[in-house]
Amino acid sequence: MRELPTLPLPAPAPPAEGYSRREALVMGLFALAAAATATGCSAADKLAYEEFVQKHFKDLSPEELKDRLASMEKRYTEQFGKEVKVSATPPMPGVLFGYALDLSRCIGCRRCVYGCVEENNQSRDPQTHWITVLEMDKEEGVNLQNANAFYDHETVPAPGKFYMPVACQHCENPPCVKVCPVQATWKEPDGIVVIDYDWCIGCRNCIAACPYGARRFNWGKPSIPKDELNPNTEYLGNRPRQRGVVEKCSFCLQRVRKGLYPKCVEVCPVGARKFGNLLDPESEIRYIIENKRVYILKEELNTQPKFFYYYGL
Amino acid sequence: MRPVRLTMAGAAVALMLAAACRPVEDHGARWSKARGPAAVKPAEPSPATKGAKATEVARTAALYPVAPPPFSDGVFPCSECHGKTDVVNRTPHPVEFHEDIVLHHDEKNRWCLDCHDAQNRDKLHLADGRLIDFTESYRLCGQCHGPTLRNWKAGEHGKRTGSWNGAKQYLLCANCHSPHSPHFKPIKPKPAPMRQEAIK
Repeated sequence: MRELPTLPLPAPAPPAEGYSRREALVMGLFALAAAATATGCSAADKLAYEEFVQKHFKDLSPEELKDRLASMEKRYTEQFGKEVKVSATPPMPGVLFGYALDLSRCIGCRRCVYGCVEENNQSRDPQTHWITVLEMDKEEGVNLQNANAFYDHETVPAPGKFYMPVACQHCENPPCVKVCPVQATWKEPDGIVVIDYDWCIGCRNCIAACPYGARRFNWGKPSIPKDELNPNTEYLGNRPRQRGVVEKCSFCLQRVRKGLYPKCVEVCPVGARKFGNLLDPESEIRYIIENKRVYILKEELNTQPKFFYYYGL
Repeated sequence: MRPVRLTMAGAAVALMLAAACRPVEDHGARWSKARGPAAVKPAEPSPATKGAKATEVARTAALYPVAPPPFSDGVFPCSECHGKTDVVNRTPHPVEFHEDIVLHHDEKNRWCLDCHDAQNRDKLHLADGRLIDFTESYRLCGQCHGPTLRNWKAGEHGKRTGSWNGAKQYLLCANCHSPHSPHFKPIKPKPAPMRQEAIK
């Protein structure tokens, strides 16, 4: 057998001076920062610089994470004039969160919407809501095209209507995560789809990709009255956001990772909202999935939501 | 060796006997109460039934930690007004003092003393005459609403607060549904969200 002539392959490009592009950029900024420090820069400048050269959340060492959280706590404490705690509670092993909502009981009172705003530090002005409560006709059934989120009745439930609250469905196969060009949003091992607000570049691809309209963009500077700020915050959850980043429901990460129910579950006056561990056969969420006819929204898209709607009656 | 074996066998037989006898005894007590005049005027329970009841109470209390029952202001304890020796008219009739309570819960077939105990007003009684606390009222409701009680215990019906993987607080049926008129009353919704064009 004749030996084939070997083609002269281009030698693999050596890493440019041993640095990646990112590292080179960081080095340059270090030099700038050093110059700035020499000329005496403020703590705020230092923080801005630190944020600019930060690593991805997942690449942080425990010490670096601790530093990040500490500097964040300091900044928020100064900004809001009260002590703000920022933690990064890791997911619990053996837990996959699931949510169920009983459409036959929801009365559309919007207590969940405003409970969520208070718990998760959404902007009051401009207004940001993570939960949208849709009103639809009982006769027609679930038809999102004829849903109305702006209903304004004296009392609810209005005759002939039913209500379907929609927020992030925490898909097992989340389209929003796939389209993020910078990996600022991802699915955690406990199933919660999270956003790193410091890593988000505000391109809003995720908003376009989400089939549930669950993501919100901070077009303006979010404002929260100081006395209304919830000071128990999570890095990937309810810490104060800045202008130009995307946010959404996080299953109240700051609560559920400590074993508490999400806020919307606790404020629902009719007990229509159910939450639990999908991997625990004894949990109420499993009971519902196994004993009730549950359905998921836009099943045909194969997003595999972990948010289940059902009719309890 | 032999005596030891015998003792063990004896113990086993005794245990089996105890296990076999207990439910029968309980059953008997329940039937006599439901059938005889004891159903209306429950006699003092025998020490055996008392023990069984105590353990049952402890078990249900441990399983279902519930929110405080929603008593109207200044009404409970009922024994402030109702004495244990009062003569009670057991025929359904309008009650003047409690006229703020409008019964709208199978009112054709039910009235106060079907749930409230005539002799001990601080307690409720089940259909078989057993007295229960207001904190256990779900057992009373579950006599008619069986599937709902089952779903409530599993966490499907009703509201639970606290910890999804630990201690929870259950709301009693009566925390959401007035026992005298259980249908949910419409409430005022929170304001509608701003329309996008209105957000500046």
